[in-house]
Amino acid sequence: MSAQQTETLAVTGNEAAAEAMRQINPDVVCAYPITPQTEVVQLYAQMVADGKVTSEFVTVESEHSAMSAVIGSTAAGARTMTATSSQGYALMWELLYVASSYRLPIVMTTVNRALSGPINIHCDHSDTMGGRDTGWIQLYGEDHQQAYDNCIQAVRIAESMDVRLPVTHMYDGYVISGAIGPLVMLPDEQVQEFIGPFKAVNPLLDINRPVTVGPFDGLHGWYFEHKVSQNRAMDRAFKVIQDVADEFAELSGRRYGMFEPYRLEDAQIAVVVVGSTAGTTRMVVDKLRAKGVKAGMIRTRVFRPFPHAAYAKALEHVKVVGIMDRADSFGAQGGPLFLEIRAALYDNDPRPQVLPFIYGLGGRDIFPDNIEQAFQVLQEASRENKRVSTERRYLNLRED
Amino acid sequence: MSTTGTSDTKGATGAGLTEIRWHARGGQGAVTAAKMVAELALGQGKHFQAFPEYGPERSGAPIVAFTRVSDEPIQIYAGVEHPGIVVVLDPSLLGTIDVMRGAPPDAVLLVNSEMTPTEMRGHYALTGGRLFTVAATRIATETIRRPIPNTPMVGALTRITGLFPIENVVEFLREDFGKKFPPKVVEGNINAIMRAYEEVKGE
Repeated sequence: MSAQQTETLAVTGNEAAAEAMRQINPDVVCAYPITPQTEVVQLYAQMVADGKVTSEFVTVESEHSAMSAVIGSTAAGARTMTATSSQGYALMWELLYVASSYRLPIVMTTVNRALSGPINIHCDHSDTMGGRDTGWIQLYGEDHQQAYDNCIQAVRIAESMDVRLPVTHMYDGYVISGAIGPLVMLPDEQVQEFIGPFKAVNPLLDINRPVTVGPFDGLHGWYFEHKVSQNRAMDRAFKVIQDVADEFAELSGRRYGMFEPYRLEDAQIAVVVVGSTAGTTRMVVDKLRAKGVKAGMIRTRVFRPFPHAAYAKALEHVKVVGIMDRADSFGAQGGPLFLEIRAALYDNDPRPQVLPFIYGLGGRDIFPDNIEQAFQVLQEASRENKRVSTERRYLNLRED
Repeated sequence: MSTTGTSDTKGATGAGLTEIRWHARGGQGAVTAAKMVAELALGQGKHFQAFPEYGPERSGAPIVAFTRVSDEPIQIYAGVEHPGIVVVLDPSLLGTIDVMRGAPPDAVLLVNSEMTPTEMRGHYALTGGRLFTVAATRIATETIRRPIPNTPMVGALTRITGLFPIENVVEFLREDFGKKFPPKVVEGNINAIMRAYEEVKGE
């Protein structure tokens, strides 16, 4: 395989995603700008204007319209993409369910940002964590490279005949989207070869074979069966996501899985974390290891479908697991990632302690010291023989 | 006065990691400067990271940006807490913000000002840090014809830290700015950088 790598570039996270979109060159892009995603749409509009892509670029008056147009376009038989953040994602809400139930292989970049109110434009994961039950596959990226790599892989995952579900890939607003970091791109033609041509299933615009998309499916219809088929597609997605990642690794040399363990083999305490904070956490793990603490971590990549069995196996030897959520589930036992992993480990014997941590809401910075505090809680819990409280611990919360 | 070479700035660039904090007001080009230093580091084969601390984006409002340059891949994604180098693009910020917050005693402080470092210490009662000044706004006005102090500040920073050779900075401007701006603007910026490189003053 000719792994012709280009040089390292200095780009923003948004530029990385826009470059992936340029190389994918979808038939149609329908998008509405919103901070901190705006740069993606702006750059793509420029690429369209400059003739660097052949996409039909549909400007719309809201994200509700953006997702509606994306659904129409994909159903018509076109490879279609969009991008959003925060309130834009929230405004798409009812259409997100429509997209997945129609089994449309849409790819969307979501630049993670807090939800109002109070109004806030900075990073947290409330937007897409809130959308975890919309039937979309969710891939969380850590850095600039993953903003690019996940975008390209998302096309293959969504369009796989075993899956046919919309995919959103995410990266952290500002922390990645607006920051300059390194990116190595694949050559344009290699990306095109990797994604292959778009294969439309029952396209609306096939006039020789008329179909209806989205008719009423009521009491005596098949609504229940449709929902079950969506979930079965999610189950099949595990293998597809891994196969696509393995094939991508052959091209790029960069390996991806459901999640990324770090120094976990002999770890007694471990943290699970999503997004850019994984990098900072890795540093803390190294520091603790240097002091003889058996610390490890997992960076979550695939959140939907949630690979619960793989987590149960990966964490079976760990005594105390701390889950770092950058979103909360008000009134629940902990944040969304905590709830998943605590449930995933329920059948483990011995059953590890799983403790919830909340951090970084509305862009609150998260420093190595804050993560070390979380590990201290885990260390203390691992020394005691009784289970400690599972109340939320907040990292870098103002206490005055 | 000791403004030359890298020998006097080991504290700022030690252990293979350089962390720079930029203080400016919206519109002065600090974010562009922070990114420019990252791209220059890439040209040296180093690892890099540059990002602003986004707040309300208003012209004239105080802003903070960060640059990290390292021999090793950079994993941390958090603001710079203990900068080895602090660059202040607007001297009026010295009266309102503790620009040296978290900086070690040997940190470099580079300020855009007409004052000499000695005058500046007296005027703002500054303690600690190794202070350098350069009249970047005047240099920019005379060379680029606009009071945007960011590129001259990069020239001064290049001199003080020795992070990269000045020739590379000039070459970068020719290539990168050359793609975006007319030759007159590019040459103006190169002159600005060279003058600040020559004129920066230490204690």
